[in-house]
Amino acid sequence: MSKYVVEQVKLLDRFSNKSVTGTLHLTATHLIFVESNSTSAQEIWILHHHIASVEKLSLKTNGCPLLIQCRNFRLVHFVIPRERDCHDIYSSLLRLLRPVSYDELYAFSYNPKQNDQQREEGWQLIDLAAEFERMGVPCDQWQLTDVNREYKVCKTYPRDLYVPIMASKPIIVGSSKFRSKGRFPVLTYFYQEKKAAVCRCSQPLSGFSARCLEDEHMLQAISKANHNSRYIYVMDTRPKLNALANRAAGKGYENEDNYSNIRFQFVGIENIHVMRGSLQKLLEVVGTRSLSMTDYLVGLENSGWLRHIKAIMDAAIFLAKAVTVEGASVLVHCSDGWDRTAQVCALGSLLMDPYYRTIKGFMVLIEKDWISFGHKFADRCDQLDPDPKEVSPIFTQFLECVWQLTEQFPQAFEFSEWFLIQIHEHVHSCQFGNFLGNSQRQREDLQLKERTYSLWAHLLSEKQNYLNPVYSPSFAESHPVLEPSTQAYHFKFWRNMYHQYDRSMHPRQSILKHVLTLKDSNRELEGTVQALKTKLQKFSVSTSPLKPQTPPRERSLPPRPQSLILGAPLLSRKEVQQEEDEEVFGEEAMEDAPAITGGERTVEGSSATENGYGELMGSFGSKNEPGAVTLEFGVARMTC
Amino acid sequence: MEFAELIKTPRVDGVVLHRPFMPTVEGTLCLTGHHLILSSRQDNTEELWLLHANIDSIEKRFVGSLGTIIVKCKDLRVIQLDIPGMEECLNIASSIEALSTLDSVSLMYPFFYRPLFEVIEDGWQLFVPEEAFKDLESMTDEWRLSEVNKDFSVCPSYPSLLTVPKDIDDESLCKAASFRHGGRFPVLSYYHKKNGMVMMRAAQPLTGTNGRRCKEDEKLINATLCAGKRGYIIDTRTIAVAQQAKARGGGFEQEANYAQWRRIHKAIERSNVLQEGLIKLVEACNDQSHSMDRWLSKLEASNWQSNVKEILTTACLAAQCIDREGASVLVHGTEGTDSTLQVTSLAQIILDPACRTIRGFEALIEREWLQAGHPFQQRCAQSAYSNGKPRSEAPVFLLFLDCVWQILRQFPCSFQFNENFLIMLFEHAYASQFGTFLGNSVAERLKLLLSQKTVSLWSWVNRPQELERFLNPLYEPNNLVIWPSVAPQSLLLWEVPLQMHEMPKEHMDCEISMC
Repeated sequence: MSKYVVEQVKLLDRFSNKSVTGTLHLTATHLIFVESNSTSAQEIWILHHHIASVEKLSLKTNGCPLLIQCRNFRLVHFVIPRERDCHDIYSSLLRLLRPVSYDELYAFSYNPKQNDQQREEGWQLIDLAAEFERMGVPCDQWQLTDVNREYKVCKTYPRDLYVPIMASKPIIVGSSKFRSKGRFPVLTYFYQEKKAAVCRCSQPLSGFSARCLEDEHMLQAISKANHNSRYIYVMDTRPKLNALANRAAGKGYENEDNYSNIRFQFVGIENIHVMRGSLQKLLEVVGTRSLSMTDYLVGLENSGWLRHIKAIMDAAIFLAKAVTVEGASVLVHCSDGWDRTAQVCALGSLLMDPYYRTIKGFMVLIEKDWISFGHKFADRCDQLDPDPKEVSPIFTQFLECVWQLTEQFPQAFEFSEWFLIQIHEHVHSCQFGNFLGNSQRQREDLQLKERTYSLWAHLLSEKQNYLNPVYSPSFAESHPVLEPSTQAYHFKFWRNMYHQYDRSMHPRQSILKHVLTLKDSNRELEGTVQALKTKLQKFSVSTSPLKPQTPPRERSLPPRPQSLILGAPLLSRKEVQQEEDEEVFGEEAMEDAPAITGGERTVEGSSATENGYGELMGSFGSKNEPGAVTLEFGVARMTC
Repeated sequence: MEFAELIKTPRVDGVVLHRPFMPTVEGTLCLTGHHLILSSRQDNTEELWLLHANIDSIEKRFVGSLGTIIVKCKDLRVIQLDIPGMEECLNIASSIEALSTLDSVSLMYPFFYRPLFEVIEDGWQLFVPEEAFKDLESMTDEWRLSEVNKDFSVCPSYPSLLTVPKDIDDESLCKAASFRHGGRFPVLSYYHKKNGMVMMRAAQPLTGTNGRRCKEDEKLINATLCAGKRGYIIDTRTIAVAQQAKARGGGFEQEANYAQWRRIHKAIERSNVLQEGLIKLVEACNDQSHSMDRWLSKLEASNWQSNVKEILTTACLAAQCIDREGASVLVHGTEGTDSTLQVTSLAQIILDPACRTIRGFEALIEREWLQAGHPFQQRCAQSAYSNGKPRSEAPVFLLFLDCVWQILRQFPCSFQFNENFLIMLFEHAYASQFGTFLGNSVAERLKLLLSQKTVSLWSWVNRPQELERFLNPLYEPNNLVIWPSVAPQSLLLWEVPLQMHEMPKEHMDCEISMC
């Protein structure tokens, strides 16, 4: 498809009357807006896969409005001068954002200029067999089973599964026949200290009275594998009412009378449809212009979003306590065992194991509990022309729960929220192969490892950008198990996720960015010290027994992600000096501009009018043209 | 009166102290005239020294002969004392009750406190109006320092020296004063160096129902306008409230008489409503059993965050008029001692980088709160836990600090001070060993001889040893106007004064300062 260009397009700010003019480019993969103003020239790149909906509003005097909503919570509002152009863009986008086959996804055309070997290495970074080994599995009580090697027992599980020693193949097969989609109980996390296991499965096909001896044996085997506890918990993560309703359809939950030594527990996390509706309501509320505090708080409450987040967190805390305090094994399920079950198992493991709070460990956790166990990313994240009823922000909720924990335990995580947001970005971008498809089997069929690149390698290559500057490994040692507060007031609205692209909502200076800068310059200075020491030694001046160190190759600071949270990239010291004492008005921090070489530290202040203090319109005498950007848009740069 | 008469049991052994987020301490409880002291009498263990003046209310409970006193403080801390022996417990409780509700100012601790440090720089002499006026003189000659209120007869709540337009004589000032609530005629609050625009503050005009006018008042504020320029009057009340005020002799500036001014009404709550909000908010925070929905609805019902948003919005509006519109501004509400000061002081933090330094912020509080006549003693007599009949208590100053914290959160590198500094000011406004926040006006403070008989808070705070705690390691001075976002999503609940955490930020700060 050839590139399509429309000029004189207005981009309206979502929360103010501000607008900028620029050129719209439509390419095969991106919709790009380039601001015409030569001094700031912000660029916005929108991947077609990120677009959730395009809406053409009715024609106005200044042109034809086009409203684009993205899955990363970006909302852009263009006004295109000619209706025909608007229509062309609109219909092209409609075609582009509904790919019908996997081959059309960006991942299959994306090429980061790596050779085959580099790509293979990228895919080998995360190794789940090694992860189970790290947990101490296989061991005398748990073994690797090859029963699903050919995906014959369960199509949505991975090939390698870990089960109790006592679970023979007939038991496994029998149990799988008694579970929705054949998702029988398997190990997902092993808490070595107490030999307690976290297992996951789907709901039993118990109906009103059906039972299955093999399934009962399976649970018994899990129980027997742990000598520390005489019982296991079975956590049904659904509300009791939902589970009861499922019985009528021949599904349901475990009858405590039939299973010996189980403690059955409902947790009450709502289903995917409720979660979808909840997010919708939340976004409607926070997308309102001139939102009052009352409407915000009432809207937050009515959306139920934080209530759902708390429910997931409560469940994970229950799981972690049962395992670490009581030393009991826990079996977690919901209906199919790939949504709520994934949330609770992953979050519970993160509470129990500091490894999952590191950058690499978090990747492993996602790879294990989400990707390999068949969370339906393609359906939930709307990757291919989808069933709207299957779309749901289940994974987003998991990321948010982790964020809530980073707020409570700022020192416990190696990564900052920017890492979580970046993962969220790529779950929807379809730029990397990791999240494509609904199951491992499907991914193998698509030959993703041969045809696409791994996100994890990409993220690790820019690890610097995702580090949490106040992370303390010693905190992990003293707090191996996190015990978060479940007080309602500790759950907050994640502004940097849901308003990631709404500049006016953000703090104008970022602590994160600032501390990262300090750390960088510190590192740089230490390098200089070493280099000087080396020189001294070379000239035999040194009397101290210092070993010579290689001087740092370059003195430049590492690149920063172009994030609104982190603000604009840094200016090198030399350039700063040139700009000294120079206040520039009429510009803002650049957003998403690729390859900025010399941004500068900016107070990302926005104009007063943009903030909606309001009421000055029609002020006598000084009726400004709406496009008179200088006054309304003035943001001074900070010189330092 | 002797304090000893009120102390029935001066000392009890074996008392157990419980505090949130901290280990329990067992030790000896002592009551003195001004303090409740608990000491474990071991080396290296912390002692609790609690000012009786900080106690808002107490509750007694008994299980057998073990008594428990729950002490709820004005700075919103809650501690629990387990006291063996019913009689001792009752005695301690009644002594605390008596000592914490002494009405006479001259019995307050600041009059008895002797500093253990040498006062190098006397805080009482740090921020005198003459000095501030010198700064102003270096920028403009349009203003003069008037002594019209020398004996506080023109306006009892104003200081003796006031900055007014050069061309307005003292006689006109007196006439204007008689036209404003409490005699608070328009005076200079802030001069914006960048464009020469000014912010003034006053109390409401006494137009009454028959639309009284005062030529001198009109002339006074018109004198602050450049030729052909117009100004804005920001009335912190809604138009409805301002209308109602007419019936009680108050009112607002009529367009006909103030043709060069455009009036804007905002909706900052009256102080008694703010107090109810604080009580509701503290209740909501203390109930640990809330579901998410209940918490959010209680938070909403307290209106606390709405108040923060409205005050900040109004301050931003005032700053916008001055900096962006290039217009002068007059701010007032009813009395001109509460919402008016919130707005004028916050606007200065937005506009003037000097106010974001420690010294500058102290000067701001001195100028716009203490000397401007915010009735600290009345407003901070009781807090959220008081069982007493509310008189004129209100968390006006706490809300101001909350708003400063919001700006600080949005511009974490633009302030020389940190959150601890704001918390410290909040605590000392309610109970302190220093005299700074005693009294309701300059006149009252003079009468109490505070500068001779008590130590100034600033004398203590400005010592290098103390300052260290209050410094923001991320501070990088900048000369810019800082526009905060007032979207509800950008405003957070200030948790630390609400005792929801064990000062986690301090933790962060020290981490940061190490790296």
